[in-house]
Amino acid sequence: MKRKSLIALALASLVAMSVQAQVKVGIITGATGPGASLGIPYKNTFTVLPKTLGGEAVQYIIMDDGTDPTNAVKHARKLISEDKVDLIIGSSSVPAATSITDIASELKTPQIALSPVGPAASKNPWVFTIPQPAAIMMGAVADHMKVNNVKNVAYIGFSDAWGDLVLNGLKSHSDAAGIKIVAEERYGRNDTSVAGQILKILSTNPDAVVVGGSGTPGALPHVTLAERGYKGKVYHNHGVINKDFLRVGGKNIEGGFAPTGPVMVAEQLPDSNPTKKASLEFTKAYEGAFGAGTRNAFAAYSYDAYLLANSAVAEAAKKAKAGTPEFRQALRDALERTKNVNGTHAVYNMTTTDHAGVDSRARVLVVIENGDWKLVK
Amino acid sequence: MDLTIAALLTQDGVITGAVYALLAMGIVLVFSVTRVIFVPQGDYVAYAALTMAALQAGKTPGVIWLLLILSGMASLMELSSLIRTKSTSKIPKAMGLYLGIPVLLAGATYALASTALPLFFQAVLTLTLVSCMGPLLYRVAYRPVASASVLVLLIISVAVHLAITGLGLILFGAEGSRTTPYSDARFSLGPLQITGQSICVLLATGLAIVALYFFFTHSIRGKALQATAVNRVGSQLMGIRSNEAGSLAFLLSAMIGALSGLLIAPITTIFYDTGFLIGLKGFVAAIVGGLFSYPLAAAGALLVGLMESFSSFWASAFKEVFVFTLILPVLLWRSLRTHHSEEDEE
Repeated sequence: MKRKSLIALALASLVAMSVQAQVKVGIITGATGPGASLGIPYKNTFTVLPKTLGGEAVQYIIMDDGTDPTNAVKHARKLISEDKVDLIIGSSSVPAATSITDIASELKTPQIALSPVGPAASKNPWVFTIPQPAAIMMGAVADHMKVNNVKNVAYIGFSDAWGDLVLNGLKSHSDAAGIKIVAEERYGRNDTSVAGQILKILSTNPDAVVVGGSGTPGALPHVTLAERGYKGKVYHNHGVINKDFLRVGGKNIEGGFAPTGPVMVAEQLPDSNPTKKASLEFTKAYEGAFGAGTRNAFAAYSYDAYLLANSAVAEAAKKAKAGTPEFRQALRDALERTKNVNGTHAVYNMTTTDHAGVDSRARVLVVIENGDWKLVK
Repeated sequence: MDLTIAALLTQDGVITGAVYALLAMGIVLVFSVTRVIFVPQGDYVAYAALTMAALQAGKTPGVIWLLLILSGMASLMELSSLIRTKSTSKIPKAMGLYLGIPVLLAGATYALASTALPLFFQAVLTLTLVSCMGPLLYRVAYRPVASASVLVLLIISVAVHLAITGLGLILFGAEGSRTTPYSDARFSLGPLQITGQSICVLLATGLAIVALYFFFTHSIRGKALQATAVNRVGSQLMGIRSNEAGSLAFLLSAMIGALSGLLIAPITTIFYDTGFLIGLKGFVAAIVGGLFSYPLAAAGALLVGLMESFSSFWASAFKEVFVFTLILPVLLWRSLRTHHSEEDEE
């Protein structure tokens, strides 16, 4: 009897040890629902990652929130309280990622958001964000406008949070670059026509049009502009950088500009660029699994989240065992002390006040030429 | 705003309105014959557009898998009900309809998908594939509960819509597509640029409406449908099978939906979930027609199209608000004017 219970105890502690030695990461992405075209590549990255994180064995628990903040919150709560994850990565849409931030601080678990989060959430000590803030990205657009003597700019963007983020990003540079926003138009992701908005924009006779859309729906305004014979410049944002955008836009979007992380044009960068190495590694892993030309900016954000977690987990593991509140606290602190992590999109340097941690090295301007992205030098 | 802009906006509104008109036709048709408020009407649009895009890209369109699943379910249901009622003599015909045709179509599509078919055949193939969904959906989801209340049928419609949209994501992927236009012609009429494509849309819509009109007034099947729409019980007493009428109504509405999809696909990018919003606007138009009048529904569709295009010029952020607010005064006006006279409403 005694021996049996001893064996049982030994077995139980073995199981406990193997559980303890493993880092658990909860992944939430919107792989279905309206944000699916971005959510799917965000999710895909986590299937090609190495089996260890910061030298520890790792288990990724991948969940789909259907681009719905309510689901995202439910999943985050379940991941933390039932699966005891040490870190939440996600979600891929602004509203879902923002609503998870409350759970992160309530249950004291670090979160790496794969999309920008709302202004209040970005001050949350438990939350770190990967994508470049719209202000940094639109800075590249504003610089290019300034050099090319663009004065009057019309804006057309989604009638949702993304449209606001891009517009505010543009506005934060408009004074310095000496540009005037002459029209602010909105459209819906699923709209079948933007003829009215485009006519309004053309009636203001702008030097350039900025489009605040994302994914394939971002192509519609540019296509309509081309059909109306618009000759000025068209600028997109970092939300459109994938192959399908080029496929849907076809000939009509040739010559369009967009800011993006360096990963999309990694081969065209000089070897001295700090992001080149990670970018090429990511591209090899991702395109190896999903086919040549499948690389996109969103999957690369997920990879950067992995790189950040990788360096922070290595730090935190020195202080505490995975699966404990101490480990989560240590992980958060380590994430905040992130120094010079070379990602695919940026060189990340977090501080207590800056949880995005990127600078102008995180952006390049690309132009659509012959159906592909070309670096603007 | 000057006259040129007004003319351009009208042009845009009329073209989108024409597509909504087709959808409204389909919704009115299904509702008047089967009392089903057919929420997934718009999903046919997305399915047709994405099927066409897949064929043009030389890929096997995902819709054939859905057809096979639906046909399997429908034929099993049909088989069991025929055996239960001991009418085994009808089995060969039923199997031919519910199993034979869809399987043949799916097989043919699978074999032909990688060959470059002429544009016209691609369109016909798409139209047939998507039309096939109609009667199958009716058999699987609606016929077993055909006599249920309007509310139950509506709830089923919502469920069918959610299932179809979810499957759409799996079958076609999350990315949108555009198809090659049927005509690259362009004419200038004053300030207006008239594209061959927009003429295609108007012509096809006009033809479809005329064809429906002749079908309902000059053919025996059309008259039977009309009779079922006017009075279900009465028409059943006259020997019209309401099940067959239902199947036919669903076939026609699927055909109309697919046609709208083929028309709109070259004009704009269609996603697996685009259909709902388009369908909803068709529904607003159908409501303007009181869910029974085809001409009024068509007029309503034009109104929706024009409102959409003009409000997108003036206040683009509130466009949908305007379109969907339109339904309130219409409902108010209808409820004041119409006397409640539907026959078999419990």
